[in-house]
Amino acid sequence: MSLPAARPIRLRVNGETVEGQVEPRLTLADFLREHLRLTGTHLGCEHGVCGACTVLVDGRSVRGCLMLALQADGAEVVTIEGIAARCPVRGEAVARGEATLSILQESFRDLHALQCGFCTPGMVATAHALLAENPAPSAEEVRLGISGNLCRCTGYVPIVEAILDAAQRLREGA
Amino acid sequence: MSDPRAQARPDPTRPAIGQPLARVEDERFLTGAARFVDDWVLPDLLHAVVVRSPHASGRLRSLETSQARAMPGVVAVYAWADIAACARTIPVRLAPLPGFDRFLQAPLAQDCVRYVGEPVAMVVATSRALAEDAAERVEVDIDPGPVVASLADALAARASVHEAGTDNVASRYTVSRGDPASAFAAAAYRRRETFRCHRQTALPLETRGLVARHDPVAGRLQVWGASKVTFFNRRWLAAALDMPESSVELIELDVGGSFGVRGELYPEDFLVPFAARQLGRPVKWIEDRREHLIATNHSREIECELEIACTAQGEVLGLRGRVLGDLGAYVRTNGGVVPAKAAQFLPGPYRIPNCEFEVVALLTHRTPVGTYRGPGRYEANFFRERLLDLAARDLGIDPVELRRRNLIGPDEMPFDCGVLCPYEPATQYDTGDYPMALERALDAVGGGRALPAPGRDERGRLTAFGVACFVESSGAGPAENARLRVLPDGRIEVGTGCSTMGQGHETVLAQIASDAMGLPVDRFVVHHGSTTLVEHGYGTYHSRAVVVGGSAVDLAARKLVARCAALLAQRSGLEPSMVDCREGRFMHRTGGAVLGTFAQLGAEAAAGDAEAIAATQVEDRFEVRKRTYTYGTHVAEVAVDPETAEVEVLRHLAVEDIGRAVNPLLVHGQAIGAAVQGLSAAFLDELVYDAAGQLLTGTLADYRVATADGFPRVEAITLEEHRSPHNPLGVKGAGEGGIVATAAAVANAVATALAPLGVTLTELPLSPERLARALRAARASPPPPA
Repeated sequence: MSLPAARPIRLRVNGETVEGQVEPRLTLADFLREHLRLTGTHLGCEHGVCGACTVLVDGRSVRGCLMLALQADGAEVVTIEGIAARCPVRGEAVARGEATLSILQESFRDLHALQCGFCTPGMVATAHALLAENPAPSAEEVRLGISGNLCRCTGYVPIVEAILDAAQRLREGA
Repeated sequence: MSDPRAQARPDPTRPAIGQPLARVEDERFLTGAARFVDDWVLPDLLHAVVVRSPHASGRLRSLETSQARAMPGVVAVYAWADIAACARTIPVRLAPLPGFDRFLQAPLAQDCVRYVGEPVAMVVATSRALAEDAAERVEVDIDPGPVVASLADALAARASVHEAGTDNVASRYTVSRGDPASAFAAAAYRRRETFRCHRQTALPLETRGLVARHDPVAGRLQVWGASKVTFFNRRWLAAALDMPESSVELIELDVGGSFGVRGELYPEDFLVPFAARQLGRPVKWIEDRREHLIATNHSREIECELEIACTAQGEVLGLRGRVLGDLGAYVRTNGGVVPAKAAQFLPGPYRIPNCEFEVVALLTHRTPVGTYRGPGRYEANFFRERLLDLAARDLGIDPVELRRRNLIGPDEMPFDCGVLCPYEPATQYDTGDYPMALERALDAVGGGRALPAPGRDERGRLTAFGVACFVESSGAGPAENARLRVLPDGRIEVGTGCSTMGQGHETVLAQIASDAMGLPVDRFVVHHGSTTLVEHGYGTYHSRAVVVGGSAVDLAARKLVARCAALLAQRSGLEPSMVDCREGRFMHRTGGAVLGTFAQLGAEAAAGDAEAIAATQVEDRFEVRKRTYTYGTHVAEVAVDPETAEVEVLRHLAVEDIGRAVNPLLVHGQAIGAAVQGLSAAFLDELVYDAAGQLLTGTLADYRVATADGFPRVEAITLEEHRSPHNPLGVKGAGEGGIVATAAAVANAVATALAPLGVTLTELPLSPERLARALRAARASPPPPA
């Protein structure tokens, strides 16, 4: 059995231009993890249910396991490793190396919205996209917004609180 | 009650224990810098894929691997014959009931397969994709046999899971206390019901995985991806591979949840290191999700016939019955824990003087069973609490009042439980005021002396409250070690034999060490999860990491301070008792000059000073004499749509007394997370098999677990009223009380809501499908007398 030949792609990942030769069957998540060694993007089911592999593609939350790397050709991809630098409040400080966490990430820490941390990158990416679209969500909107991301540790209650907390802090510009 | 918020910095004027400190672990998880096993890459790495049986039962006629071997990138294909020379069966680590040794599993099937998912071969290739391609070309020819697909099939023994013609009973025993026969004969009231709890799995979000590397020159094997009981697994693996234990290192990376199922010894824990040694190259295996659902331990499937005997006033005189537990196709590491604990915890927090339980551990052609958070307790609490509600209704006594009359009071502590588990000595509940926890829960829901009455909401849904009380064991033995070392910069390295799966032990153990040594929390660096860190270790299970591991840290830390003080006293010609340690500096009790500091002694040790090394590198061990017992009450409020059978959990409250919370933020997180996990299991999570033993719920779209919109109104109240006398910290476990009574409370609420329609609930899960069936059945039969 011969596999289709690898093809070139060129995209931006966390603000940097990246080129690669990828097999057509390679998923975006595997490209990020294996080719770029950005292992913050996790694989929990590889069939699009758990949301652990969620990354931002052109600003929208996307499941890295359901998108092929080839489909990301020309796209702007942001992973957990680059998300803090996209924080409207802390972004510049993070880019200068003066801070490490975005407001959203700080709220996750302060409200104990993570335990094992495996769902966290996908959860943060989903929440980041949610807040970009809706800066003042209700609790109900947050619950629905992250209902495609599974967490087995926290029971979601503190995650919802952390996202609401971050929304408020972002609105206040803190 | 508002949820706690992390304190960014410790308050130095107060003990570190008790402060809701933010976790030191969090930053790496939040920035993608954590390292889970699939993130671990070594040069020259090979990838393994396990070929699994597609049949639940049958004879393995042939295994054709030549096509797979010829595929691109394939390095090896292993079948039974390739490992037979050194493969051992998976051992029983816990609850070794008589007869179990007949039903152990080899790492690869030899001539029979006994469940869908049983490993029959392993392919190793240069990439995972190529290994998966090749695995599809392994031809497994199985002559299918008759299938024992349920507990009913197992009992009927129409077919045998193991040797033909044998029944499917892996073990059977009876335990008792008091004089149940006389108690039941004399009782004014008796009721017998059959209850069922369904098959579930813990479903950590990270699947299992391993990376193994063997260095033939150094004669050393390293295995990454270890968890839970690393030292036990190392001992077994070293023996299987005929290596000295000290040449095998099991290393834990960041771990994406366990809840009991991860880190037990599975077939892959032999196969992957074996292949790495055979091939002289590192080998990685990462379980995929479908594989996880058929290969990782299942749990909870129990059927229980239970009979209660009471006085007319509701004093429970006796409880007796039979527990049928499904072990799956083989007895694995957890042995008979699940059914044994389900029986042991049937009396729960009540004084019930007369009990008798028969336990029958059965085999079926399904994935083997192990422990899942609160093993046996979740099930037992559901059985008992449901029966108490039925009895209360029959006797015309309020369900809260019935419990109040039977809960063990503080003046009855310690309470002798007798021997209700055949492989453990007599047990005692240590401390507690069980009725107090019930009253605290009632206060929180505004119930006064009883639960608010059932009713209907504005949408016509039936609303009701349900209550369940529990007692939960924690802090299992045998012991745990901790090693502390002073670094030249004065920081303290803490090594523990416990492992961690996301709980936050790096933070919590530092808080314990901080108080023991009088140093700020940020002076400690906690290492866990390598078999090289301490001489002996036991791991993390049975809510023991803080109780046992934390106590070991406390002992070792105090010993370290004492040794450093003694050394400095000796150098100054003082009695050791005359030297005090304050914030890392040693001085004469009455004040005066500083005699030395941790940093100074750490530097001397680093320079090779033998006395300084002896003083600054200390290992100690905490031996468990008795377990600790937490207790509490859950209250659930539900609304049930009588047309669609849809249930909304309007509120779920978990109250638990854990004696002392080392980090209240983390304890609260455990309680809420456990409660949602338990509610998820009560309504959603169900592993469904068909009559041919095929798992029908093999994806996360079919095996459903709670999402963020499912159970938003879950609360927890942690009490710190009654410490345990059995460890120096006074702590009890905090990981399981949140889950163990969830199904019991919510089932009682749903049952109370549906009681006017003539529904009697005795089975989990409370899925719309099952509830709708119960509603239809009730409508078809005449309504009960009002």
